[in-house]
Amino acid sequence: MTTYAPAADAAAHHHRDDLGSRMGMWLFLFTELILFGGMFLVYAVYRFGHPEQFHLAAMELNTFVGTVNTIILLTSSLTAAMSITAIREGRKGFAIGLLSMTVVLALAFMVNKYFEWGHKIELGIYPKSPEMLAKTPGEILYFGLYYTMTGLHALHVVIGVVVLLFMFRMIARDVINAQSYVRLEAGALYWHLVDIIWIFLFPLFYLLH
Amino acid sequence: MADHHHSSDTHIVGYGQYLLIWFGLIALTGITVAVAGIDLGRWVIITALAIASIKTLLVLNIFMHLKFEDRTFRIFVAVAVLTLTIFIVLTFFDYAFH
Repeated sequence: MTTYAPAADAAAHHHRDDLGSRMGMWLFLFTELILFGGMFLVYAVYRFGHPEQFHLAAMELNTFVGTVNTIILLTSSLTAAMSITAIREGRKGFAIGLLSMTVVLALAFMVNKYFEWGHKIELGIYPKSPEMLAKTPGEILYFGLYYTMTGLHALHVVIGVVVLLFMFRMIARDVINAQSYVRLEAGALYWHLVDIIWIFLFPLFYLLH
Repeated sequence: MADHHHSSDTHIVGYGQYLLIWFGLIALTGITVAVAGIDLGRWVIITALAIASIKTLLVLNIFMHLKFEDRTFRIFVAVAVLTLTIFIVLTFFDYAFH
């Protein structure tokens, strides 16, 4: 194993600034926070204005599916976090195995989402449907927000999978290794953000009993 | 090799600690679902958000390594969250006094 010179020298030699890279990733995550934060704000204002109708609309959501998807995402975050430990220990195969689990869990989340949305659409619950237009303004707002916010979140899940597949390839090609793993850290940070967004979406949409 | 890490490297979190945090997150999910079945009036939303915040702190600190990062990271996160809080508080001031 390479023995490193003191930090400043090592950075100068390799032109590498892992701390700066991670900070850049965090700054990007703040833009995501504001993006979703704005939507949560819209949700809060409309819910404040139509508490009973939000409550009524939320009855249509399946708490069980929401709970399962929460557990799936939390577990996918666990394996993503563990893959960093694995790569730092030089256990390449294990890191790839853990990341594969994250990807599989992400796909399971999307499959659940597909059936969940599909079922709603079958029931005629989608924007501008006759069933929807017959509902109260609060319910229409609730479902509008439901589709927009869980939809944007699902888009982030898909992007996260693509990011993780790139990580996968870089680990396989030893671009990410025990000495250089900041890319994997950045990818995992993105994935954990997607998890945090869901941690708030879940109670706000599914647990409004 | 663990002895000669680059100074910007964060502490390596063990698998056991990750598992413990994951278990805590699952338990909190169970609690939030169980509590949702009880009619707590206006406390429903407060407990739900409190539990979500605890879960977020666990993910931020351990999964996202914030606890082991340079202090600057925590200041950044605090400023970002504070900014969002200001947006929300100001909006509700406006909304409540219309």
